[in-house]
Amino acid sequence: MAIEVVMPQMGADMTEGTLVRWLKNPGDSVARGDVIAEIETDKATVELEAFDAGVLRQVVAAEGDVVPVGEVIALLGDADEEMPEVERRAPSEKPNPRAVAAPTADGTGGDLDARRVRVSPVARRIADDAGIDLAEVTGSGPDGRILRRDVEEAIAVRDHHAPAGVPTVEPELPPPPPPPARVEPLSRMRSAIARNMTDAKQQQPHYYLTVDVDMTEAMAFRRHVNLVLHGPQRVSVNDLLVRACAVALAGHPKFNASLTDEGIQYHEQVDINIGVALDEGLIAPALLDVAARPLPEIAEESKALVERARAGKLRAEEYSSGTFTITNLGAYGIDVLVGIINAGQAAILGAGSVTERPAVVDGEIAVRQLMTLALSADHRVTDGAEGARFLKEIQTVLENPTRLSV
Amino acid sequence: MTEMRMRDAIREAMREEMLRDARVFLMGEDIGAYGGSYACTRGLLDEFGPERVRDTPISESGIVGAGVGAALAGFIPMVEIMTINFSLVALDQIVNNASKLHYMSGGQVNVPLVLRMASGGGSQLGATHSHSLEGMFAHFPGLTVVCPAFPGDAKGLLKRSFREPNPVVFIEHTALYGARGEVPDDPDHLVEFGQAATVRSGKDVTLVGYSGSVHQCYRAADMLAEEHGLTADVIDLRTIRPLDMSSVIRSVRRTNRAVVVEDDWKFGGFAGEIAAQIMERAFDWLDAPVARVAGKDVPMPYNRNLEYAALPSEEDVVEAVLSML
Repeated sequence: MAIEVVMPQMGADMTEGTLVRWLKNPGDSVARGDVIAEIETDKATVELEAFDAGVLRQVVAAEGDVVPVGEVIALLGDADEEMPEVERRAPSEKPNPRAVAAPTADGTGGDLDARRVRVSPVARRIADDAGIDLAEVTGSGPDGRILRRDVEEAIAVRDHHAPAGVPTVEPELPPPPPPPARVEPLSRMRSAIARNMTDAKQQQPHYYLTVDVDMTEAMAFRRHVNLVLHGPQRVSVNDLLVRACAVALAGHPKFNASLTDEGIQYHEQVDINIGVALDEGLIAPALLDVAARPLPEIAEESKALVERARAGKLRAEEYSSGTFTITNLGAYGIDVLVGIINAGQAAILGAGSVTERPAVVDGEIAVRQLMTLALSADHRVTDGAEGARFLKEIQTVLENPTRLSV
Repeated sequence: MTEMRMRDAIREAMREEMLRDARVFLMGEDIGAYGGSYACTRGLLDEFGPERVRDTPISESGIVGAGVGAALAGFIPMVEIMTINFSLVALDQIVNNASKLHYMSGGQVNVPLVLRMASGGGSQLGATHSHSLEGMFAHFPGLTVVCPAFPGDAKGLLKRSFREPNPVVFIEHTALYGARGEVPDDPDHLVEFGQAATVRSGKDVTLVGYSGSVHQCYRAADMLAEEHGLTADVIDLRTIRPLDMSSVIRSVRRTNRAVVVEDDWKFGGFAGEIAAQIMERAFDWLDAPVARVAGKDVPMPYNRNLEYAALPSEEDVVEAVLSML
């Protein structure tokens, strides 16, 4: 029996995906679990595995097609079975749910129809009146029909760029309009960031707390453990932060929670998102289930995660989950970073760089390695005093680094 | 204004006309003692007596024939045909006699006959009792075909029908008998034939309906506004002969798109007439082919789910609109 391969849903907010590349060709045998295509979502490029075995009989979506979740992109079947006809998707920027009519053999036009420029009567009349050449207009209607809106847009574009008319008798001409600003459409990632940040800032009332952490001990601890750790297990400052948050969250579950219609939802698992800057934007993949993980494991996982994020190869659960977020601009020499909550979560921790600064130790001014942490928290879920205790706990763990290893 | 149900508005119209004009009388199956299959004549036998509210045998051809004769003789009879399905039995009287006598007598005689009948499917009455044949009656010159969608219009149009010198087929949708609406109290409130009502205004598409389908158009307009940000003109034709195409054309020239909705079958149905006239009179204003949303091309199924699927729905209307954009 023919098996439909559909655009998978990867993450709750995914509505469509781009078919980047087919890794199997029609006629190829496919085993269960074989990677058959690469799909790009808002957040990453993912490999699509076959859920069934069979022969790839028909490829419905072409490379580059944007396909709604749940729509058929290919058919699997036996090598020689009769297959149902599935219309090949029309290649398009945005999918048109109405398939383009194929040339017909029913005497209503066939090939002739396919070549004809479709224009609605009102569009043709307005184009004639305005002297618009319909061959220059792209139709946005069903089957590419040129509609009234397309002609009106063409008129607007033409009038905007029209050469200046005959000089008038008016002594003063109005100032020329400023040159039009360059407009670049939002990339999918940019749109996702915009949506997420707007949701968080509009719906989650933030409060902010900052504290200076004396990292002198922690930096020494890091040097020591890195003497015995190798390669990917070597610990970064950010790994110390992840571990410190995991430890602190255990005693402050309200910061590992989400506000829902029913009330505060406490998450069983601690999944910490870490912000990763990319050329095209930003993504915050999750280190999954970090509560009980030792530092070397966090270090190793974290490096692999950042690499996958940069390569656009994150797994669905890595970019669709997360219960708490750390954002760190220490590498950029920033003193204080006050973050916007990752929408839906209860808090985010922003970290600045570790720098040598004067500090008072036992009544004397000493040069210490300080780092400023900023906690942004959802005031609907927690209050300032709770935030202060939580942030203090993170500070205490970092200033007593033996707690990082137990 | 008084809020009342469609059936009460219809009864009020008949009652007022009987009080106003002694020539008005009623005939039909079970309209007297039983009060009418849809309770439109309840209480009228008690008020006006058996001379003016006459129960008849089950013989539609005979009743309509008697009505034509009475009309020729100077009365203003109202004949209730229980449902439009039974009008098929009386078709020769309606089409060959009632509609043509004024013309064939060179204007010497009039047939002021009001034929009320219930129309429409949706009540699980099976293939033979679920017709929507009003478009067929509109096909015949010499007949006026009235299709109200709201109680206030039903009263004003029925009262107007009693004052028409030639036959009027007055269509009552079975699904609307219980529908409530504001009805003017003025006993002289008449709604003129051939005047459509714009019951909702918009700019993106014109939805045209009559009788029950006006309500589908109205709900579809709600869905378009809420879910798709589109606004619709909804035109209630009120009478389909005479037909107020000017209102439709004015609207289509503004919106550039039209969907015609009716319960009847699409093939050879009345919506095709409206679509053709839009094409004739507004071709250069159209941004998309005129769409028809109508019943499926099958005898009405009895099964509830199949019947629902066979009738046009507001979702069908929304889909038709979206396919034009």
